[in-house]
Amino acid sequence: MDIAVLIKQVPDTYSERKLREQDWTLDRDAADAVLDEIDSRGVETALQLTEAKGGEVTVVTMGPDRATETLRKALAMGAHKAVHVLDDGLAGSDALQTSAALAAAIRTLSVDLVIAGNESTDGRTGSVPSMLAERLGLPQVTSVRTLEIDGTTLRAERVHDGGYSEVTASLPAVVSVIEKINEPRYPNFKGIMAAKKKPVSTLGIGDLGLDPSTTGLANAASQVLDGAARPPRTAGEKVADDGSGGTKVAEFLAAARLI
Amino acid sequence: MAEVLVLVDHHDGVVRKVTAELLTAAARLGTPAAVVVGKPGTVESLAAELGALGAAIVYAAESDDAAGFLITPQVAGLAAAAAAATPAAILVPATVDGREISGRLAVRLNSGLLADAVDVESIDGEVVATQSVFGGEYTVRYRVTTGVPIISIRPNAVEAAPTAASPQVVPVQITIDPAISATVIADHPEPIGDRPELGAASVVVSGGRGVGSADNFHVVEELADSLGGAVGASRAAVDSGYYPPQFQVGQTGTTVSPQVYIALGISGAIQHRAGMQTSKTIIAVNKDSEAPIFEIADFGVVGDLFTVAPLLTGAVKARKS
Ligand SMILES: Cc1cc2nc3c(=O)[nH]c(=O)nc-3n(C[C@H](O)[C@H](O)[C@H](O)COP(=O)(O)OP(=O)(O)OC[C@H]3O[C@@H](n4cnc5c(N)ncnc54)[C@H](O)[C@@H]3O)c2cc1C
Ligand SMILES: Nc1ncnc2c1ncn2[C@@H]1O[C@H](COP(=O)(O)O)[C@@H](O)[C@H]1O
Repeated sequence: MDIAVLIKQVPDTYSERKLREQDWTLDRDAADAVLDEIDSRGVETALQLTEAKGGEVTVVTMGPDRATETLRKALAMGAHKAVHVLDDGLAGSDALQTSAALAAAIRTLSVDLVIAGNESTDGRTGSVPSMLAERLGLPQVTSVRTLEIDGTTLRAERVHDGGYSEVTASLPAVVSVIEKINEPRYPNFKGIMAAKKKPVSTLGIGDLGLDPSTTGLANAASQVLDGAARPPRTAGEKVADDGSGGTKVAEFLAAARLI
Repeated sequence: MAEVLVLVDHHDGVVRKVTAELLTAAARLGTPAAVVVGKPGTVESLAAELGALGAAIVYAAESDDAAGFLITPQVAGLAAAAAAATPAAILVPATVDGREISGRLAVRLNSGLLADAVDVESIDGEVVATQSVFGGEYTVRYRVTTGVPIISIRPNAVEAAPTAASPQVVPVQITIDPAISATVIADHPEPIGDRPELGAASVVVSGGRGVGSADNFHVVEELADSLGGAVGASRAAVDSGYYPPQFQVGQTGTTVSPQVYIALGISGAIQHRAGMQTSKTIIAVNKDSEAPIFEIADFGVVGDLFTVAPLLTGAVKARKS
């Protein structure tokens, strides 16, 4: 079975993430850019499935030039080929526009399954996978912690706010994974060398057949009005426990009328 | 005034609390209209309650197929109600289901989506949503420029303050396309414990890797219980199997903003802070005086949680009695 995995380059959450105060969009230069951890789990899921059942894994990203680093990382993990959706006219896309571009890119492939992360650590809208399913006319199963494929049927445990459900859908389908799905492998030296030779194709607005009057920040369906940074939190009192630490916390809470 | 559609979150005949919050938010933007998607007969049992929560209109999207399929019935219900109402906005809960529903709906209606809002307001007749970005580092206000604003609102973000209405029930037709739908074979609800829900609790006591084992977590639970609070856990505690995943606090877990947050044996990694740093008062107990959690704690104790927490539990109980 052939699988497309959507991967995204995001600011490393271990470094300080910032919004640009002119337009309150993500300052991509403020932090190191990494493959979103959740998407590395998506890649791992796809690799395990193709290792068991054959077929190829294509990783797909939409992002600026340097997002190729992310594609190389996934190729080094073992993905077979990559598609980079890259066009200046796509900069500043919102989820609705991103899903349109990604859907067009996926239509150029012929895959049985599309795997995404449940939620990106920067956008956090968690809506690209379901938007994509709607655009492609496919069923979708989001937030899965287990995934099995039997012929043309997928079976998954889907975690929702009130517990979990056992869910089935027929392939092709869109799936999004949560962090409990697996531990992603690290690329080894052989993988890193092999990745250099694997094919990466680049698709722009024209290749995807998108209407340029619908793409990019100027045509986004949602726009920022204004923003504000939270005043930084400061450290309060700190005491070393001399055996009465618990009592001191109680006194602090009582003085603040919290107990 | 234009209608504002609210997707009703209900299960086994019970309307979930977030629905009341969304109806309150809707009333700020226009006339609250509840959209119920369910098996035939569902609306009859829920309409009065929805009226009490402020719904002036109840759209009944009933179908025998509404229960077995995932997500697509609600998308169809909202799309049908939107066609009937020409609403000013559509509000859904920012739950796993709600986010998925809103994503599909945004494509179907070619409308802008504002996800995980913590507030909504009407400014000069325009719907504006506030989002909390990077775990509360920033607040940003957004508006929609295409179609009907579709907004998912974080549970517990808006306080329910209903003005009761006597709703008019309006049936709408829905058809669900099985070709684009996943099927639910079995649901396994989490048992609801005696403790308050993590996202809504006014006190949260969380344990981290420093708690050391699943057995030791009773120390965290006992402190939470003495304060009438919820229990949370760091990802390291969850990954180590000390506590179940649904209690994870942080960037990839629940975001909490209680009156009091107590971190026991948690280092305070940036991804944990992203889920709790907007708490009103933060208390930290950690052996390591250099632990980053102390940078944001209003009161910190450098010490062993196994001596500090039980003493605190005792002191809280003593004050109550
Ligand atoms: C993409 C991504 C998302 C993430 N999302 C989350 C998230 O949602 N939530 C989250 O929590 N983390 C998240 N993390 C993980 C995060 O980076 C940290 O690894 C994690 O928060 C550490 O948990 P901890 O503080 O319990 O463990 P540790 O960092 O191991 O800290 C344990 C602390 O306990 C103290 N301690 C030990 N024994 C005692 C004792 N007896 N008494 C008192 N103190 C003691 C130690 O001094 C230490 O400070 C994420 C990471 C990534 C990369
Ligand atoms: N620009 C993008 N390129 C590739 N995949 C993406 C992009 N944006 C979102 N995705 C996928 O959609 C998932 C959810 O992202 P989001 O809807 O932004 O929270 C991510 O984990 C990715 O798998």
